[in-house]
Amino acid sequence: MSALPAYASTGQRAWHYSFRIICGLIFFFLIFPILVILPLSFNAQNFFTFTPQMLALDPAGYSLKHYEDFFTNPDWQQALRNSFAIAPVATLLATSFGTLAAIGLSQSHVPYRSAIMAILISPMIVPLIISAAGMYFFYSRIGLQGTYVGVVLAHAALGTPFVIITVTATLVGFDRSLVRAAASLGANPVTTFFKVQMPLIIPGVVSGALFAFITSFDEVVVVLFLGSAGQKTLPWQMFTGLREQISPTILAVASLMVAISIILLTVLELLRRRSERLRGLTPS
Amino acid sequence: MNMQPQSDPQVLTTRDGTPLKVSLAKALRREKLRSLALIAPLLIFILVTFAAPIADMLFRSVENGIVENTLPKTVNALSDWDVTSSQLPGEPVYKALYEDLKVATEEKTHTRLGSRLNYEASGMSSLFRKTGRRIKRMDEAGPFAEQFIDIDKDWGDLATWRLLKRYAPKYTPGYFLNAADAQLTADGIAMKPANERIYLLLFARTLFLSLTITLCCLLLGYPIAFLLASLPLRSANLLMILVLLPFWTSLLVRTSAWKVLLQQEGVINDFLVWIGVIGDASRLVMINNKTGTIIAMTHILLPFMILPLFSVMKTISPTYVRAAKSLGATDWTAFWRVYFPQTVPGIGAGAILVFILAIGYYITPELVGGTDGIFISNRIAYHISSSLNWGLAAALGVILLGAVLLLFYVYDKIVGIDNVKLG
Repeated sequence: MSALPAYASTGQRAWHYSFRIICGLIFFFLIFPILVILPLSFNAQNFFTFTPQMLALDPAGYSLKHYEDFFTNPDWQQALRNSFAIAPVATLLATSFGTLAAIGLSQSHVPYRSAIMAILISPMIVPLIISAAGMYFFYSRIGLQGTYVGVVLAHAALGTPFVIITVTATLVGFDRSLVRAAASLGANPVTTFFKVQMPLIIPGVVSGALFAFITSFDEVVVVLFLGSAGQKTLPWQMFTGLREQISPTILAVASLMVAISIILLTVLELLRRRSERLRGLTPS
Repeated sequence: MNMQPQSDPQVLTTRDGTPLKVSLAKALRREKLRSLALIAPLLIFILVTFAAPIADMLFRSVENGIVENTLPKTVNALSDWDVTSSQLPGEPVYKALYEDLKVATEEKTHTRLGSRLNYEASGMSSLFRKTGRRIKRMDEAGPFAEQFIDIDKDWGDLATWRLLKRYAPKYTPGYFLNAADAQLTADGIAMKPANERIYLLLFARTLFLSLTITLCCLLLGYPIAFLLASLPLRSANLLMILVLLPFWTSLLVRTSAWKVLLQQEGVINDFLVWIGVIGDASRLVMINNKTGTIIAMTHILLPFMILPLFSVMKTISPTYVRAAKSLGATDWTAFWRVYFPQTVPGIGAGAILVFILAIGYYITPELVGGTDGIFISNRIAYHISSSLNWGLAAALGVILLGAVLLLFYVYDKIVGIDNVKLG
């Protein structure tokens, strides 16, 4: 597939190139919607489409006013602050509980392992609208609906499956004889954990934490039901904005979020390579 | 203390004299306890913050204490009354109703009961409001039946009493029947009149749209996964970024992008008008309908199809196809008879994953689906936040959850829950 042999027939040649074109179109479909919002966010008009001036590459057609609006508008700033107040705390909860549980789950003798695993993974499987509905009913019974604590707890619960999956994956390559070696040299379990096990599984923990962070940072359904005006996060503000079509500031926010995604993606890829190197596997 | 380990030469012992078996069992138990102690914090956390809410929802979908709590005496008095009889209940029942409603109006709970019963038969809400307003003016000496019928003739209607009696029990299948467009009547379970049926249609549409989206994802995802699996590693990794970037981009960012692209004054329509494919007057309507939902959700879920397909295709050795060709198979036969069957597990995994994610989607259909491109989840949200019919929302949620869990069971059988991969 990768290279066409010299003896390929005309038909094979034609198929080879048309297949490439089809794939190119699909890649275009995947990436175009994300790229198109970048230039649109610099629109000088309050339109969601390219103006004639923009197409003519006239500098007057472009401006930073939507970015300016984002950084000065109190609504958006409050939403940004709320997002950064909720996501890190939820990430911390999810990562610490999740890492401990993943280490527990990776031991060789765990009773009811698959049942426990099913419960712990369930927040990832259950559709968000159902989690949101259940949490709304239950949290309003116990007075957590519309509170900061309620939203943080809910987001932490949604983030834990990702931590478990990534940490368990790093633990698969973990050599247990290292723990035994540490113990035989007189280290207690706590020292062993922090000096031997933790440095080796840290890439898994960090990428799990990133997943948990992005889960909370991107989450809109649960916060929409559980939160009150005081917990309005960035995605929530975007959701209302999109529903009411207020301003193209949304596109500026979206562009900034794409930039964040690119940074996260790079960090994750670097972590993956480091983890593979540490485990003695050749990076792929 | 001096132990005597040599009592039975057949039993192996450790140095302190305990039989080896016992000692090993102890060590094993200690290890089990340690692993459970590590898991316990998260397990408790998930049970409280996540499992309990789901259990609460299951409970709410059948719970119906409101009738008995608001009208305890009436429910008690009604227990002797036969639903099938053509006689109205006797005076004691009306007297009980008077006493109950007097308390209920003071606590203002009668309107809530009215709205609850209104889900089952329209007119109940206004009946309870009206009666609540007039209850203070009623003569406490009776006769109650006549006075009630005087307030509203519905109190003299057998149907009202049958309804009360039917919904008197603490638990009811009523919400589930409503969710299936059916209702409890005097003759048992019956379908609602054709013009009131909405949920079966909505379930069917959710299934149909999810299937369409899954199929679109498969059609677009298969060639990409095939290309990525057959390219050399370096270029495959580069192209993989084009798949992972959308995967990592916020859902709302992608939905807003589609909103921008698909509008009638949007980028795609502008482009089509500019190249002259369509006239300015006949711009395509691609948003706020089914088309919008299908396009946007296919784009959002496509990476979930490509990644499992790719991981399966990467493991298929190219020698099989080469062998088939050397034995005289054409390119198509080699692909269809040799390569394709080996990718079926990947197709299964990707398709179920996309389908599970699709049927529970809320945000994207809400923003680009208009009225005919929405899913059952949008209706659940509507009942929670607008119509406040929480029981029905819970029942719809339970049905959706059941479907997802069933599909996930299948997914677990095909792929295994431990093999869920990220990124």
